[in-house]
Amino acid sequence: MSDSAEDVRAYTVRLELVDRPGELLRALEPIAEQGGNLLSIFHERGNLTPRGDIPVEVDLEATPGQFDSIVDALREAGINVIQAGAEQYSDELTIVLVGHLVDTDLSDTLTQIQDATGASVRDFSLSAPEGEEEESSARLRLATQKGRADDVIETIREIADQKALRVVEPLPGGEAV
Amino acid sequence: MNVAVMGAGAVGSSVLELAAEYGHTVTAMADSSSAVVDPGGLDATTVLDRKNAEGVVGSADPEDALEAEYDVLVEATPTTLGDAEPGFGHLRTALERDRHVVLANKGPVAERYGDVRELEAESEGEVRFEATVGGAIPVLSTIESFGPDQITTVRGVLNGTANFILTRMQNEGLSYEHVLAEAQDLGVAEADPSFDVEGTDAALKFVIVANVLRDGAELTLDDATVEGIHELPASALDLAEEDGQTIRLIGEVTEDGVRVGPRLIPENSALAVSGTQNIVQFETTYAGSLYNSGRGAGGPETATAVFADIGHLE
Repeated sequence: MSDSAEDVRAYTVRLELVDRPGELLRALEPIAEQGGNLLSIFHERGNLTPRGDIPVEVDLEATPGQFDSIVDALREAGINVIQAGAEQYSDELTIVLVGHLVDTDLSDTLTQIQDATGASVRDFSLSAPEGEEEESSARLRLATQKGRADDVIETIREIADQKALRVVEPLPGGEAV
Repeated sequence: MNVAVMGAGAVGSSVLELAAEYGHTVTAMADSSSAVVDPGGLDATTVLDRKNAEGVVGSADPEDALEAEYDVLVEATPTTLGDAEPGFGHLRTALERDRHVVLANKGPVAERYGDVRELEAESEGEVRFEATVGGAIPVLSTIESFGPDQITTVRGVLNGTANFILTRMQNEGLSYEHVLAEAQDLGVAEADPSFDVEGTDAALKFVIVANVLRDGAELTLDDATVEGIHELPASALDLAEEDGQTIRLIGEVTEDGVRVGPRLIPENSALAVSGTQNIVQFETTYAGSLYNSGRGAGGPETATAVFADIGHLE
């Protein structure tokens, strides 16, 4: 892959916005101003961080130079940039959760996993053949930052422990044939 | 060589039956309550018939077998945790008499590795224990021949019962309880399957591998992170399968220590062996990954490893 400074690449920026009118617009302005191309905004309204901020995920295209300027401009504007980088979601990770997933508030489990790990849930499948009262299983495909898989799993284990869920982890190195 | 066999279960009996074929003489054998000693060599059929009919191997005391004439003591009593007795005491007696010891019993090397090595250092006798890990599969001798420093990670499937249960659950879509009952009918799982399905048996084997791999580590079961497959719902395997994966009870010895637990692996992974098969992957410094697989349990299989060890002592 070419690493030229002129290459336009896809980036993901994770922001935490103060809950007041106009904040989102204020956060997006530097992207256009620095020549970035906005691809998508994932605005998790109603879902607050422990500090009461609203997490927002922004996908955009820019050259590496433009991207650095965007992040600098965001920070100068006093916007809380949690994660920024082309490599934010370069690794994928699949896990299976087992236990009383529905009774223990599945949506809360997923939110906690996303918030605490910074990973993004890309695919989700629930299998509850015995009904929602019984033990069920869920498969999660997570996009994580490069090299962060171990930390992400560790954090998921902690969240799962609190809800007495079992985590079936992938086996790094086991795929080699 | 003259061999004394402690333990008259599947492994001890197979050692007695096959010894002549390997050119050895069994001069003594003991179970938990009795013993039979004959410096000229025991007749396997006579001893095993008596064991079947009367529940004893002979009219002597187990202590008599320990004190008999032999070059190698084969310790094949059931694995016990903690102090690893009575196996550890048998090993001690033989080493104090400057005799060799070949273990099929995991307890002494999984729970008291340092003590075993200390006794061995003071003895003319040597301790070998290939049979404690993966039945006939050469695991410890592979580490020995490459050198522990050349192997960075060991991982794999070392419990046939758990692997059988997971394979059948996945292939047939059956529940854990159903397959466990089936495995018990087939003799693949014991009446009390907890040692296998809770991961203890696999963990002991990986602790032994770690002890051989990391000189001076002297790990025990307590140092391992262990999770079993007990009551894993079939839905977990279904979800794995939809994604081209499967779940297996995998053990690992890495820089971080010893860990056993259910893991997601690709269905076409070399580690995804079927049924009661076992497999061990060695990651080497200069030669990539190597795999040894085969039957990891059973009387004749484990006895095969015992004779490989005895062969090394000659």
